[in-house]
Amino acid sequence: MGMLIKNGRIVDPGNMDCISDILIENGKIKDIAPGIPETAAEKVIDASGKIIVPGLIDMHVHFREPGQEYKETIESGCQAAARGGFTAVCTMPNTDPVNDNAQVTKFILEKAKQANGVKVYPVAAISRGLEGKTLCEYGELKQAGAIALSDDGRPVISSQLMRRALEYANGFGLPIISHCEDIDLAGNGAMNEGETATRMGLPGIPNAVESIMVIRDIALSELTGIPVHIAHVSTAESVHAIRDAKKRGIPVTAETAPHYFTLTEKAVENYNTNAKMNPPLRTEQDRQAVRNGLADGTIDVIATDHAPHHVLEKEVEFDKAANGIVGLETSLPLGLKLVEEGVLTMAGLIEKMSINPARILGLERGIKVGNAADITVIDPDAVWTVNKDEFLSVSRNTPFHGWEVRGKAVLMIVDGSSHEC
Amino acid sequence: MYFSKKDILDMESLSVEEISLILDTADRMKEISQRPVKKVPTLRGQTIVLFFYEPSTRTRTSFDIAAKRLSADSISISASGSSIVKGETLIDTARNLEAMNADIIVMRHSSSGAPHLLAPLVRSSIINAGDGTHAHPSQALLDMMTVREKKGGLKGLRVAIIGDIAHSRVARSNITGFKKMGADIIAAGPPTMMPKGIESLGTEVTHNIDHAVDGADVIMMLRIQKERQKNYTLSTEREYARFYGLNKKRLENAKKDVLIMHPGPINRGIEISHDLADGSHSVILDQVTNGVAVRMALLYLVVGGGKNGDAD
Repeated sequence: MGMLIKNGRIVDPGNMDCISDILIENGKIKDIAPGIPETAAEKVIDASGKIIVPGLIDMHVHFREPGQEYKETIESGCQAAARGGFTAVCTMPNTDPVNDNAQVTKFILEKAKQANGVKVYPVAAISRGLEGKTLCEYGELKQAGAIALSDDGRPVISSQLMRRALEYANGFGLPIISHCEDIDLAGNGAMNEGETATRMGLPGIPNAVESIMVIRDIALSELTGIPVHIAHVSTAESVHAIRDAKKRGIPVTAETAPHYFTLTEKAVENYNTNAKMNPPLRTEQDRQAVRNGLADGTIDVIATDHAPHHVLEKEVEFDKAANGIVGLETSLPLGLKLVEEGVLTMAGLIEKMSINPARILGLERGIKVGNAADITVIDPDAVWTVNKDEFLSVSRNTPFHGWEVRGKAVLMIVDGSSHEC
Repeated sequence: MYFSKKDILDMESLSVEEISLILDTADRMKEISQRPVKKVPTLRGQTIVLFFYEPSTRTRTSFDIAAKRLSADSISISASGSSIVKGETLIDTARNLEAMNADIIVMRHSSSGAPHLLAPLVRSSIINAGDGTHAHPSQALLDMMTVREKKGGLKGLRVAIIGDIAHSRVARSNITGFKKMGADIIAAGPPTMMPKGIESLGTEVTHNIDHAVDGADVIMMLRIQKERQKNYTLSTEREYARFYGLNKKRLENAKKDVLIMHPGPINRGIEISHDLADGSHSVILDQVTNGVAVRMALLYLVVGGGKNGDAD
């Protein structure tokens, strides 16, 4: 006897959008049909007025374990993920030590087992020590449980190494996620280059810092025919380049983060370090371009780039402050705002937050009979105020504190086990 | 009017009235420095910490003299001699200074926005003595005082600011301040030294120094920092001097009574020729003199001296 979810609106992009019941047994979806009798399950959940979607996946998070557990642990990160409605996360490898070998990958998976059931998929490093000099042992990493490769936090500067990484990883079926940044052009930049940076007297980071590398990676994908996934797209130029590449049939995919379609560089005025990130918040024109890219499918995925930092690394001089914000607990309502504003349909949003990341990572997803019961239940009408002090993440670095938002995950189910959000 | 600001952080946050009050107060303060006994008891018992995270003998000395002329107790702290080298955060250092009952913290810092970080967190008044490439309000005010003294006012003057605008807090504060007081500003320098969107502060921009000098009432030359060469902002000092340096021939198109200014220290022969630095148009040493007066005014006003209107 399992769990029955009744009368919810099931939104599974490309599959169904209807009000129906779902019966879950032994961690899998047993039946989907209207009017399943309540006697079929021992636990019945009334989901009237709620939206039931395939479990959300955040394919870009930083859980700081091993090495910086004072910012986040795998356990606290998983709690934050569950609170935000995510049933799965991909952890980036820039831990200490770096996840560039099977032992670290196994350690992360072991820690994840002790957490709350949120599925953790470790992303391992492209290059040893993230140094951009030698390839890691992708075969062993894959066997240990790595799901993808990235030097996130740092660009792969050598085009030769990047080409070989794409080729070698492809042999093991591991996708590459690219952090696109020309660090020489970025110099000591601390925020977006432009009028605001000039007024604040802060060194700027021009858009081309990102798009130069996006264009290079597209060229390498074109050369090798191997897919490349571009992380945290923030500029109009990157969106244009990816759109053009897709039109030409190059297997490039891309993600952006909620802050890039929600905020602009204005958020850092008054030297607000809780809005300092890399890539930096850009202009309104870039924000619109990112939204258009989401709307027309140029950008496939919404991922948070969840980057917890201790208050001590944020309550400092702006140029010395750490980059990044936490995002797991605010991502869904900011995404739902796109639905409210007509940028995406509900199905379009779920595609970006579940179906497409699963496709890129080679995971099975979808509300289908026989599939694992990984499900997120959303209350689209819940109005609430973001309060950083109530976050389950260890860290509090968010520019969204005090924002009134609409929509919230109320229940998430992983392999049939349910957790209230 | 009363001066009600606790802190002096930048020129943006000062109103026209406040700027005028500071300049008027500085005029009166200047007279104190001309007396045989250059000291008044106005700030007796006040503790002023000169917290210089970045080296600057000139500005620190100017504030120090200003504090002493008003009988305040001043103490200098530099980054190299402070707990900052032991890893203490800026906020902790400032809170410690406050705990010792510092009334005013005059601070110089290499990070833009550093005084803005501290101002809301401490009760002491914060006076920004230069933060990163953001602001240097006391320099802008002393420049304004000098020009006002020589020209009788600021409205309608054509002010050319020439050099490395991108890395200059002096340029930003002067553009904002002079513009606020009704002057027309033109910024000039090679494109590598011109930050994106500087026009938004209300300045015209040119890469042709002759155009900038043409009809100027005031020419402010900025210091070229030789270490910038590694950022590729200039080719050689020789070429810089030739195309962007101020010399006698270039000056011919300026107004006959043009003022030449420089925040110092000067690279003679690079941004400004030797003869012009010491010539009749130069007011560079007047700037230094007025610096003390402006800083006396700022110290006096932030501790509430403006309320009784009695400077001496």
